[in-house]
Formats: sequence, structure tokens, C-alpha cells
Amino acid sequence: MIELWRGLGSRERGLLIGFLVALVAAPLAVDRYLLSVLTLILYFAYVGQAWNLMMGFAGQLSLGHALYVGLGAYVAALLWFYFGIGPWLGVFAAVAVAMAAGAIVGWLGFRFGVEGVYFALLTIAAAEFTRIAFDHLGFAGGSGGLFLPYEERRLGEWWNLRGGQVLFYYLALILAVGGVIVAARLARSRLGYHWLAVREDEPAARSLGIDAFRAKMTAVLVSSGMTAVGGVFYAFYNNNLFPGQVFDIGRSIELLLGPIVGGLGTVFGPVVGAFILTPLGESLIVLTQKLGIDAPGVKAIFYGLILVVIIYLRPSGVWPWLARILGVAERAR
Amino acid sequence: MTPLLSVAGVCKRFRGLLAVDRVSFDVASGEILAVIGPNGAGKTTLFNMIAGVFTPDDGTIRFDGEQIDGLGPDAVCRRGIGRTFQIVRPFPTLSVEDNVVVGALLRHHDVASARRYAVSVLERLDLIDKRAQPAAALTLPDRKRLEVARALATDPKLLLLDEVMAGLRPTECDRMVAILSALNRESGLTIVLIEHVMRAVMALARRIVVLHHGAAIAEGPPEVVVRDPAVIHSYLGAEAVG
Amino acid sequence: MTWTIYLNVVIQGVLTGLVYGLMALGLSVIFGVVRVVNFAHGEFAVVAMYVAFLLFRSLGLDPLVTMLPIAALFFIVGFALQTTLINSFVGRPEHDQFILLVGIAIIVLNSLLMIFGPDAQPANLPYAFDSYAIGPVFIDKVRVYSAVAALAIASGLFAFFRYTATGTAIRACADNLTGAAVVGLDVKRLYAITFGIGLACVGAAGALMVTIADAAPSLGPAYTLLAFIIVIVGGLGSMAGALVGGLLIGVSEALSGFLIEPSMKSMFSFALLIAVLVLRPHGLLGRRA
Repeated sequence: MIELWRGLGSRERGLLIGFLVALVAAPLAVDRYLLSVLTLILYFAYVGQAWNLMMGFAGQLSLGHALYVGLGAYVAALLWFYFGIGPWLGVFAAVAVAMAAGAIVGWLGFRFGVEGVYFALLTIAAAEFTRIAFDHLGFAGGSGGLFLPYEERRLGEWWNLRGGQVLFYYLALILAVGGVIVAARLARSRLGYHWLAVREDEPAARSLGIDAFRAKMTAVLVSSGMTAVGGVFYAFYNNNLFPGQVFDIGRSIELLLGPIVGGLGTVFGPVVGAFILTPLGESLIVLTQKLGIDAPGVKAIFYGLILVVIIYLRPSGVWPWLARILGVAERAR
Repeated sequence: MTPLLSVAGVCKRFRGLLAVDRVSFDVASGEILAVIGPNGAGKTTLFNMIAGVFTPDDGTIRFDGEQIDGLGPDAVCRRGIGRTFQIVRPFPTLSVEDNVVVGALLRHHDVASARRYAVSVLERLDLIDKRAQPAAALTLPDRKRLEVARALATDPKLLLLDEVMAGLRPTECDRMVAILSALNRESGLTIVLIEHVMRAVMALARRIVVLHHGAAIAEGPPEVVVRDPAVIHSYLGAEAVG
Repeated sequence: MTWTIYLNVVIQGVLTGLVYGLMALGLSVIFGVVRVVNFAHGEFAVVAMYVAFLLFRSLGLDPLVTMLPIAALFFIVGFALQTTLINSFVGRPEHDQFILLVGIAIIVLNSLLMIFGPDAQPANLPYAFDSYAIGPVFIDKVRVYSAVAALAIASGLFAFFRYTATGTAIRACADNLTGAAVVGLDVKRLYAITFGIGLACVGAAGALMVTIADAAPSLGPAYTLLAFIIVIVGGLGSMAGALVGGLLIGVSEALSGFLIEPSMKSMFSFALLIAVLVLRPHGLLGRRA
């Protein structure tokens, strides 16, 4: 950690500290609605980072990451719903189950040489399969959904994530910062280099002694585990889960927009992407409501347009360009 | 003295085409061996079998006292064989230095010490000035040296070079030859090279193996092999021999 | 006798499967030749459904008739799309293409959502509930008509690729791109034609689809995935494979919907996709890469 800090220039340190202070102080300055938007931003910054590790670093395209969000959410929610086991414990089970699912997807893909588009389709199939399965799991609420009860007496039990907006905001902030730290450490680690090598040219990486299968499996496991924690957050923040929503392919796509717009394979890309997309999306909704236009798909169309524009004009994302302007260096990767 | 590398009766078939036909040869530690032959003779397939990309259909390959045929490329590299590719494969978006760091990480698990070692290899291969450039920006001769540097960073006992001189001008070729013979002389690195550029072959190799239609048709010191009628026939046709 | 019920279900699956197959044929052509991963395939099919639907509702034109003009329109759209946007993505990494088309899919899908709303809209053809009775079997007339139309178009396409100069040129591009360019083929134009043909298939299939299914924006992603499943199961690069795959998926969906539960029928298709990806990625009839 200290090494990471030392590696930054004074300009970078200043920006980072200023940014963090602003985020920590935010609840004092903004109203509840804006705080909820910020919470959403930080949530996407976190899960986007988890996805970024697998795709941006290890080069494995997953279009079914909602699988891990959903599994994490349902496992923790069900443990709470039936056994009163709080999320601070339930998260471990959630991560374990998601990692098991990731291990299966990874094994099926990597062991049998399913790559690129085909691997992406595999991940979609896995998520869709699970979505339909959960639609028929009675004990999990089926397609009708699972609802976490509202218990007045429990308000204030922060360890059970029973609290107000501020609690979830700070939790999301901790997750987002944690995600950045994990990414930064991995980027400079031996594993990080292995991932980049596998991403760039797998046969060449293997010729240098890198066990590509192991590197890729590690990527899926880390990514799925991290994402599951986001799922636990999601479950206790929203207090209701529907398979058709949680496992939906739209969700999988939603969480990868941030890293792509911000900058694939960079440490701050997912954060920048989330800070760009989410506020714009939300303000678009507010705008159309104020104008009296009933346009349910407008936010999604906007995201679609941004996706097309970014991938066409600036495929490496906004962050590298922004970093240049700010005079901040992120290593050429 | 047991040979460092021992290829015995190795065969490889690709759906009816016999690419490598019962090839056998030994390479002693510290030796430089050249494998030559017309295009399509099976040289790269042979290399790919030694490097673990393909499994031989028949025969065995022993390296440093251990049987290695059937192992994957990463396992083979870990046991001490480094290789370059006929068409160079740098990691394009990584810097020159980072490319070599990836190689150095095999024996140096700590990134900082791997980086130090990578820098020393870059100096050796005369690439230190370009260390921060992305590999995709390099010229072909530089890419070839980067490929060699990267493989060297894994600290191999045996280096397989696949047509590393192809596309190089004579001065660049001489430069590469000088680097390789220095490495062989100073650290005892064993080198097996596939080569068409006879200038390099004659300068480096102590022994040559000639492949033709997948089979080894001659083996011996350069002066002898180059005059072998069968070898001349394979390259230039029957008229050239008479 | 229960075997008559099974027979009915299977035949229904076969007929629907042929229409699916036509849609998948479009994807196979696009992916097999231009090597672009058209993740917006299903969304385009749904657009075609709505176009046919509107033409029927407002002008009373039978989708079987409007199928051809719609296919022609989609050909033009495909040609234009390829020349303008997609061409610059041809050499780029697969995930870049994927993302581009995902973006396009999102735009198309949500535009449909905004214009038509989320509810399913049936076309309500006058003969929608008529059926032919052959022995113990009852076959919906609409399914027969659309299956025949799908077969006709597919056969036309086979003939085009086999016997015409342009068709052969396109196949050359698929086989060996550098060779094709070296020989002087205008690859860019051929790509555009191919993309146009691919979307024309989608247009035709969509028009046919509206006779047997209700138009709804949510079908977009479902059809995209269906097309990919069919193409992968049937074999990439094989036109016959797309049809065979379509038949297979059509029948398995019909059977699993009947035997297990309708909402679970896609589960079987996804499981099949995973199995094929893992075990036999070149599919049933595909060429080995």
C-alpha cells in the first residue's frame, strides 16, 4: 500500500486526496437524492472494477457477470431471510458460491479452448440458464421475487446493513476505494503481468513459462468473488430480488459500460466511467420527466449511443485522455 | 557426457501429411546446432514439438535428463527451454521493458528484481534506449532482438531460435550473430537455430542437421554438410549435383 | 393416442424452426464472411416484425406479401450500415465489434420500446387460427406458409452462393481474404453485399415471424441468442447447418416446452449451447476452423 502511495507524483497525490475528501464529506453537503445517485455511482465503480480485472487485465470477455451479482445477492439474502444470518457473515458464503460458479464457467471455457466470442456466449448462456432456474426456485421466491422484511426494531444494526442512505453510501465508498486498491496492487504484481501477457498473446505468454489456464482461472475467481460482494450490497440496499432483474443480460451490460467508457485495463477507468455515465443517465431521466415526456427507454438509448460513440472514437476510454490533460500518469499498458 | 537435448525417432503427422519423419539428433551442453532445409521440410514443426506446442506421434524428446515430450509450452519453458517464434509475437501494447519483465518473472518472482534483471538483458541485447517504447512501435530488427531478449530473460539452458535472421540486413544479422556467440561463449548457453541465412549458419553453428520432407538427410560439421550431394539435391535439384 | 400429440408438437417445431433457421442463416452469412459478431441480430428481426405488423395493421397487407419488400429494405440498410459504420471495425478485436453491436442493439431495442411500448402485439391475421388436417395431425396454416417461404428464400440463397459470380466471390472472401483481395475482388463492396444479404434474411424472417408470434421489443435479445445458438449448434460457416440447427432448436424448444414447462424451454437451449461450445465448437455441419 505504501509502495502504491510512493509511486504517485505530488500532483497525483493532491488530486486523489482532494477527491477522497470530497467523497467522504459528501453526505454533509448534498441532499438525499443526490446521495443516492452517488451511492449508485460508487456501486458501479466497484462492480465495474471487478469486471475490469477479468476483461481489461486478463482479456477474458464476460457478458454474463450479472450471474455473480445475482448469486451473491441471493445467497446473502436467503441466509438472512431464513436463518437471520447477517450479511457480514453471509458475504463469505455469497463469495464462495459465486466463485464456484466462476470456477465452472472458467473451467468449461479454458479447459476446452472456448475463446473470444464463444467464451462471451458461454458466459451469457450461464447467466441466462441461472436466471430461468431461479425463476422456478420456490424457496427463493421464484419469478415473484424475494423480499427482505422491513423491521423497524432493527434499524441501526449497521452490521446487518439495516440502516439509511448514509450507511449504504459509506459502504459503497469503501467498496469502490477497496476495488481501486485491489486493482492497483494487482496491476503491479506478478499475477497482473501474467494477465496482461495472456491478454496480449496467449501462446507467447505460455512460451515464457506462464501457466495460462491458471492465470485465467485466477482472473475469473477474483472477479466473480469481488462481484459477489457487490451483489450482497445490492440485495440489502434494494431489499427485493427478482431473477428477471438481477440476472438479466441488461445488468451484465450495464456494469461493463463504466470500464469501457472510462478505460479498459486501467485502474481508474471504471471509476471515471461510472462518474460520467450514472449522473448523465440519471439527469436524463429527470430531464425527460420534467419535460413531461414519457420515455421509458431513453436512458438506455443514451447509454447505447455513448457506447457506440466511445468504441468508435476513443476505444481506449476517457480516462487515458483525461489523465493526459490533468498531467497525471498511468503507466502505458 | 549425456547430451542436454536428445531427440529420438520423433514423428508428427497432420491428417495424412507426415511433417516430421523419424528425426533423431543430440545436442550437447554449450553447443550451437543449426537445423536447415528447404521450406516445408518440417523444421518449425520439430521446434514446436521440442517446445511443447505439439506432442510427437512417435519417438521421445529428453531434456536435461527428463522426458519432455507431451508437456505443454509453459512446462517446457519452466524446465529451461526458451524459444522465439518465426513470426515475432511481442506483447504489442506493453513497453519493451515490460515485455522482458514478463519473461524475467519466471525466475524472479518479485517484480522489482525481475525488472532489474530485465534491464540487464535489454542492455545485453542493445535495446536499453528503447525500453519505454510500446513494442508495437519497434522496427522488425528491434522486434527480433526483443523476442530474443524476452526468451533470454527466462534464464534458459537451451534457446530455440526460429529464423531469427529473416528479414534482417547483413549488418543487423552480424550484430545478432555477435550477441548470440557472446552469450554462448560467456554463459555456455546452448542454442539450436532454424535458419535460412547461411551467413549466420556458417558463423555460428558447430554442427548442422539438414531436414528434407520431414526426414534428417544429413548431419555433421558445416563444411561437410554443405558439400553433401543429398543436401545439394534437396535445395537445388538433381542437375546441380552432377 | 399420445403419439399424435408428440407428432403435432414436433411438426410445429419443425415449421417454426425453419423460420428460425432463416434468421440464423443471416447471422451465419454475416459471421462466416465478414467475421463480424452481429449482436444486434435479433433486434433487427424484431424491427422487421414491427414493420410487417404496421403494414398489416394500416394497409392490410399480408406479411407473406410484404416479406419481400421488407427484405429488400433491410438489404439496403445492411449495405449502408456495413459501408459506413461496421467496415472500420472489421479488423479490430472481437470484443470491440461485440461492444459496437451491443450498443446498436440497445439503441434499437429501446427505440422500439419507446415507440410501441413493452406489450406484445399480435398481428391477428384473418387465417391465424386455420389449420390443415392431415390424418391425426393439425398444422397451422400460418406455420406452413412461413416455413415454405423460409425454405424458398433459403434455397434462393443457396443458388445465389453456388451459381452466381457474386456469390462465388463472396465465398472466396470467406475462405481466403488475402487471396480474394490479391485476385482483385472488391472486398469492401462484397462485404457490404454480404451484410445486406444477412440483414435481408433477418428482415424476411422477421416478417414471417410476426405471423406466428406476437411482436414485442423484449424478443430482441432472445432472438439474438437464439440465432447464435442455432448457428453454433448447426455449425459456423455452413448454410445448411443454420437450417439444420434451426430445425433442431425449433423441435427441442417445442418438445421441452411441451414436456417440461414453457418457461423453461430456453433453459434447454442454453444448456445445449454450452455443451456444443465445450464439446464440438464447430457444430454439427461446420467446417473445422
